Amino acid sequence: MKKDTLMKRFIASVLVAFSFCGIAFAQEGGPAWDKFPTERLTDQVALQHGAKLFVNYCLNCHQAAYMRYNRLHDIGLTDDQIKSNLLFAGDKVGDLMKTSLDPKDAKLFFGTVPPDLSVITRSRSGSNGSGADYVYTYLKSFYRDETRPTGWNNRVFPNVGMPHVLWELQGTQRAVFEDEKGEGEQVEHVFKGLKLETPGTLSAADYNADVADLVAYLQWMSEPAQNDRVKLGVEVLIFLSIFWVICWRLNAAYWKDVK
Amino acid sequence: MSEFKVAPANASAGVKLLTWVDNRFPASQLWKEHLSEYYAPKNFNFWYFFGSLALLVLVIQIVTGIFLVMHYKPDATLAFASVEYIMRDVPWGWLVRYMHSTGASAFFVVVYMHMFRGFLYGSYRKPRELVWIFGCAIFLCLMGEAFMGYLLPWGQMSYWGAQVIVNLFSAIPFVGPDLSLMIRGDYVVSDATLNRFFSFHVIAIPLILLGLVVAHVIALHEVGSNNPDGIEIKKDKDANGIPLDGIPFHPYYTVHDLLGVVSFLILFSAVVFFAPEMGGYFLESNNFIPADSLKTPPHIAPVWYFTPFYSMLRATTDDMLKVFDVLVIVAAALSLWKGRFGSAGKAVIVIAALLVLEGFGCFKFTTGGNTHLPGLDAKFWGVLVMGGSVLILFFMPWLDQSPVKSIRYRPGWHKAVYGVFVVTFLILGYLGIEPPDALKTAISQVGTVLYFGFFLLMPWWSQLGTFKPVPDRIVFHAH
Repeated sequence: MKKDTLMKRFIASVLVAFSFCGIAFAQEGGPAWDKFPTERLTDQVALQHGAKLFVNYCLNCHQAAYMRYNRLHDIGLTDDQIKSNLLFAGDKVGDLMKTSLDPKDAKLFFGTVPPDLSVITRSRSGSNGSGADYVYTYLKSFYRDETRPTGWNNRVFPNVGMPHVLWELQGTQRAVFEDEKGEGEQVEHVFKGLKLETPGTLSAADYNADVADLVAYLQWMSEPAQNDRVKLGVEVLIFLSIFWVICWRLNAAYWKDVK
Repeated sequence: MSEFKVAPANASAGVKLLTWVDNRFPASQLWKEHLSEYYAPKNFNFWYFFGSLALLVLVIQIVTGIFLVMHYKPDATLAFASVEYIMRDVPWGWLVRYMHSTGASAFFVVVYMHMFRGFLYGSYRKPRELVWIFGCAIFLCLMGEAFMGYLLPWGQMSYWGAQVIVNLFSAIPFVGPDLSLMIRGDYVVSDATLNRFFSFHVIAIPLILLGLVVAHVIALHEVGSNNPDGIEIKKDKDANGIPLDGIPFHPYYTVHDLLGVVSFLILFSAVVFFAPEMGGYFLESNNFIPADSLKTPPHIAPVWYFTPFYSMLRATTDDMLKVFDVLVIVAAALSLWKGRFGSAGKAVIVIAALLVLEGFGCFKFTTGGNTHLPGLDAKFWGVLVMGGSVLILFFMPWLDQSPVKSIRYRPGWHKAVYGVFVVTFLILGYLGIEPPDALKTAISQVGTVLYFGFFLLMPWWSQLGTFKPVPDRIVFHAH
């Protein structure tokens, strides 16, 4: 009885403490991120398509120096398929995904060395969502901006050094601003959204699907073992649950005579 | 030396071998003293799982650590890549790494629960002072071990976390700058720092840790375990000298702890396999960016298990020193008024109080553009507060003056005091993760005062109230 009230009090105090966390999380802001469709992570076709987009569009400037080509076996590709379709920058399927772009040149071209993409989605999570959500939103948020050296800007990464590499697919977007009266007669330049200016080769829905596949690939590449990890985890938990019952009964058998 | 024993001629090979060993090494004796004839109180509850769990996590950390060291490269240019190599190319490397990274957080969860058990049932009280002190030393080592280990992945948070914490030492007057230089081995955190932290993390601290764990267990087995009723079971023994309320640790508590171990492993595996990043609390997203000495992350926070103490460091601002001024004056006045000190003692109190106030910058004044008696930097006092918040734990056996050990027989409002303390600790922990603002700093300052108030006023409040009668024998309900 006494023990129960103590435990209740303890649990109640923990809950109170954590309710503060909820309040504070709700306060954080910034542009909202779109939700990356996570079901593509276990879809081999999506991952293979993402790998193709990655090798064709990203791997020229960015590298994925911790990732080997032959790890693509895990998403259902054979050595021959890798060699004939994806191996542009490397020699052997066992090679790491490096680029031939010299970091010094990269700095000259973009003002910064393009980051390695091996674990990019793991590094970008924040209060607005997962790292995959971020990259998914980022790749859809480029717009024309003549004030930037590349002619491109991005809503979730303002003044980014990277131009819109997928522009032929998406087309060009423009940021729409409207002047609104703020507090005290001040006129504020308020962002109203991105508007498609000239269409690309893909429809908006197809472009979103392509970006989702690409992000699925990036997310998978950030931890190629992740799908195996989850599968193994289920088996481990089933084993431990059965073992728990055995231990529970074993313990009861020993303690039943203790008075 | 005891008598040389001879096994009967018809004994089995196993018995003969054991006799041979026992004549040369006290194997059977150790087994009896620490397991089969170590009598533990039979009323252990939920909170008593965490000691054996701490030992389990220590083993997990050592074993996974051994395998990680086989593939990890303690070199600033290779470290980050070698961790990713472990995650991708080393067979089962991802599992070993996640067990180690989750194990670090699990260690602190388990140890915090284990320490809280001590708070609840007065496990630090006489005659268990040394058990507690060895335990606090283990906690201190664990903090060092975790801090140095956190640098090794060489991500942004590793790097800048180490930079911030090592810089704290430079706030110590006179020796500070040289001390932090010595810790880093360089003017900034660099390859030299990584190498020495690696050495400390895999050799020096684990050695000390293991020694302390042995001392902790030996001291415990010398005095015997406490229990939720806080009653000494050794005072009621049967004709054979066996405590009436005791039960052999093996097999009763080995099977009991096995249940705890499997329950723990279920939770541990759930994190390792389904949420190894634990929403950024166990593995922070910033740490997947390689360390860059030229790019400071916008927000640097220590890992969750350090944040209550880090919060108290940040709470110690110049304004907070003014609060400390008042507290020191009140404390000095009270001890002059209430304490039974001689004139020499009173003089010591006055001089000590004046010196501390001077250090807080209480007597700061300006003449002709020159500041006199500026006191010491608030940052230094912050470091002292943070250090003090951990070191104060060592004094628990003497701070607690309550006539009973266990919370069960203390006045009801003592439980509320403990509740406030736990909530304060959790809120401080939460605030330490967040970027500071005026409100959060104010809350953490209140939290700091409550945290220290809990300990420093304990000699007074722990004696107050109506205590319940403590039974002669432990309360035990058969399972």
